[in-house]
Amino acid sequence: MSDTSPAGRVPAIELQEVTKRYGRLEALRGVSLKIDQGEFFGLLGPNGAGKTSLIAIIAGLNRASSGSVRVMGHDVGNDYRAARRALGVVPQELVFDPFFTVRETLRITSGYYGLRHNDDWIDEILENLQLTGKADANMRALSGGMKRRVLVAQALVHRPPVIVLDEPTAGVDVELRQTLWKFIGRLNREGHTIVLTTHYLEEAQALCGRIAMLKAGQVVALDHTARLVGQFGGGTVRLKLEGPPLPAALQPRLHGAPRTDGRVELHLEDWSELEGVLRILREAGCTVSELETEHTDLEDVFLRIMSEAS
Amino acid sequence: MTGFMTLLRKEVLRFWKVVVQTVAAPVLTAVLYLLVFSQALSAHVQVFPGVDYISFLIPGLVMMSVLQNAFANASSSLVQSKVTGNLVFVLLPPLSPLEIFGAYVLAAVVRGLLVGLGVFVVTALIAPPLFHSPLWILAFGLLGAAILGTMGLIGGIWAEKFDQIAMFQNFLIMPATFLAGVFYSVHSLPPFWLAVSHLNPFFYMVDGFRYGFFGQSDVSPVTSLLIVSLTLIGVAAVALRMLQTGWRMRH
Repeated sequence: MSDTSPAGRVPAIELQEVTKRYGRLEALRGVSLKIDQGEFFGLLGPNGAGKTSLIAIIAGLNRASSGSVRVMGHDVGNDYRAARRALGVVPQELVFDPFFTVRETLRITSGYYGLRHNDDWIDEILENLQLTGKADANMRALSGGMKRRVLVAQALVHRPPVIVLDEPTAGVDVELRQTLWKFIGRLNREGHTIVLTTHYLEEAQALCGRIAMLKAGQVVALDHTARLVGQFGGGTVRLKLEGPPLPAALQPRLHGAPRTDGRVELHLEDWSELEGVLRILREAGCTVSELETEHTDLEDVFLRIMSEAS
Repeated sequence: MTGFMTLLRKEVLRFWKVVVQTVAAPVLTAVLYLLVFSQALSAHVQVFPGVDYISFLIPGLVMMSVLQNAFANASSSLVQSKVTGNLVFVLLPPLSPLEIFGAYVLAAVVRGLLVGLGVFVVTALIAPPLFHSPLWILAFGLLGAAILGTMGLIGGIWAEKFDQIAMFQNFLIMPATFLAGVFYSVHSLPPFWLAVSHLNPFFYMVDGFRYGFFGQSDVSPVTSLLIVSLTLIGVAAVALRMLQTGWRMRH
């Protein structure tokens, strides 16, 4: 059976062959994915890859055209109450209810989840997201960053075991990012499963233990972050050459066009190849006057996977 | 239950925070209707024997206010949430279709009855009312408000923009309430229009409501009660079905 993780616990999120069509557009084409409890999981992909569609389906905001979706073992259709209770979602759009203050908003959201006396936890969330001073401010009066914090707070009022953040740091200042990741990191250490979509790949690389990459509605890569980055090993070496032009044997490694000032960027699959590259240069009579190296990061991996998968 | 109560409370708070606009303004409008129409027409019209025009008009205006405001509450709240995107706050939590239905409709009933009460209190100062049978008044007030609240919910689910809901309101709800015999007895109409009026469920709401005040009506209040109840069941079934399938709400 596929419905338990190696540790014998139900997966936090389990998707099986999920498809979604909007008219003739196929937004998701058979996505299967299992996210274990306690993971910090990244969902990456270019705009239009289907990330937000997928999240909307997990959250019950949209319905899949086919396939099954479970949150903590609960089907999002048949057992929607339990599935939604287990899930906290921070939506991508900066939405708010202009009639209420921050505290009213959080009390109302708590009530929707059946929680009556939730003020202790609300205070703790406000404190951790540095919103305490704004508790009695009307939502309309808040800056964009503050509204974003309230959205995060709303997703957490019912202490959901699974928290989904859809681009929570888009257009957000450094301070909030740090505040947010500190708090989310703590929740993750306490056992909450975190699913994150972001366009900031450094953020994903630093935070996520495992990553799925989505392109045109399909999962094109799924692995531990370290393995994903390691799989492409190597990196880039930047050289300034003097003497003859770049030997033909090194042309395939070239990133972009060679520049007239003799600077070139060469790709290495593995750092052990560096010695060979330098030997070819030496034999061709080129002199290396400057050398800089850069390790492959998630951004390189992302760009390569996106250009390969078609 | 807490989820439902919270959504109901939120919906009531939503209009209560702008009470001048949502309650006081419609009361003023209705009172203006009463003053103008009674000035212009009271000398010429006596609809029921022993009931002067101004007294005849008051229950109609009260009911019209109840109906229009019940509709406006549910529809505008929903469309506003859709347009601003904060409907997700209602769609993400574990609220059942029945809870969402109940909360929106009951909040609409509260607003409708509040406005109706306001109109009634103010107009009672102008013309002391009769109370033939208050239970009929209450029954038709509640049912009418619930029907229009439900229709507001349906309209709000259907509409994606403010102008669509305005269209629904101006081309369906307004004509149906105006032509329900608020300002006249349908028996003063030519036979064709009398027959058309009898197809309008709003007519039975107004007629039954008026019976509660005067003990006189165009059709029997029992018939009206039956038709109004069936109408409520019908529109409620449509609204619930829409919420269950997620039509235009969960794509």
